[in-house]
Amino acid sequence: MAKIKGAIVVDIDRCKGCELCITACPTEVISLSDNVNDKGYHYAYMKNPDVCTGCTNCAIVCPDGVITVYRKKVS
Amino acid sequence: MADDTISTKELIKEENLVYKKSKILTDNEFHYCPGCGHTTTHRIIAEIIEEMDIQSKTIGIAPVGCSVFMYNYMDIDMQEAAHGRAPALATAIKRLLPEKYVFTYQGDGDLAAIGTAETIHACNRGENITMIFINNGIYGMTGGQMAPTTLVGMKSSTTPYGREVSLMGNPIKMTDIVVNLPGTYFVSRQSVHTPGNVRKTKKAIRKAFEYQALNKGTCFVEVVSNCPSGWKMTPVESNKWMAENMLPFYPLGDLKVPEE
Repeated sequence: MAKIKGAIVVDIDRCKGCELCITACPTEVISLSDNVNDKGYHYAYMKNPDVCTGCTNCAIVCPDGVITVYRKKVS
Repeated sequence: MADDTISTKELIKEENLVYKKSKILTDNEFHYCPGCGHTTTHRIIAEIIEEMDIQSKTIGIAPVGCSVFMYNYMDIDMQEAAHGRAPALATAIKRLLPEKYVFTYQGDGDLAAIGTAETIHACNRGENITMIFINNGIYGMTGGQMAPTTLVGMKSSTTPYGREVSLMGNPIKMTDIVVNLPGTYFVSRQSVHTPGNVRKTKKAIRKAFEYQALNKGTCFVEVVSNCPSGWKMTPVESNKWMAENMLPFYPLGDLKVPEE
């Protein structure tokens, strides 16, 4: 069966840690980091990169557009 | 198979890219609060302008309110209007430059309070402009005061016990008013709180831009939005509150669609 694998890249310095991407993610990939960025926000990162499908839901709800999504079909 | 173990690092290549921030958005950081619906709507508009390839043909009108600095974020021609007067300014620009795509972007304090006359008359005249109305039921920029669109019983800094109809009157549904005016061509109400709704909003705003080329009348899209800071909630809580309380009063969907 064809499997789709995805990955996200978060622009850490622009992330405001609003958590909307976390609730939008169907596979619970994203979590907030324990570290903070320059603005003092806990930023989003891929906690479980293995289950990301690259569905772009997180990027679509991200108000600040900090998420870039990559996706590839792996067989 | 070997391909199955592709690492995240290997995935991050230009050829696998499926989503990135629109080029129409500048590199300036948004001043909006975390989780604000304004930012999502800015992003949607930028994506539509990029997809339609009308960057050099679009003129936006920024309002007064939280989105007053919209011109800092969009790499298109923008003009700042006096409070509430965005439709009047858009009328002038569209009449002088009829080949341009002209849109206004206003909040509820701008469009539904001080700018009610301009809104209604621009829609009634059927100016060929696109109007985008962000309704978060509160005056976000000035500190969370009651807006005309604040729900009955909703708390704000000027209605600490909730909005009372006997004292403050009823909330106004601007979209339901303009839908009855003969000048409007396409009227829709959407929201941006879930991925599905963001996609629907994008479709609606795209239609509102495309119909402008037909010169048939005003296209009006209301976006029901959250205001985490004004409502004193976290972004996730505010979206949930919005779905439970705002959406029953401001139901989503297309209110006026052109006949095919």
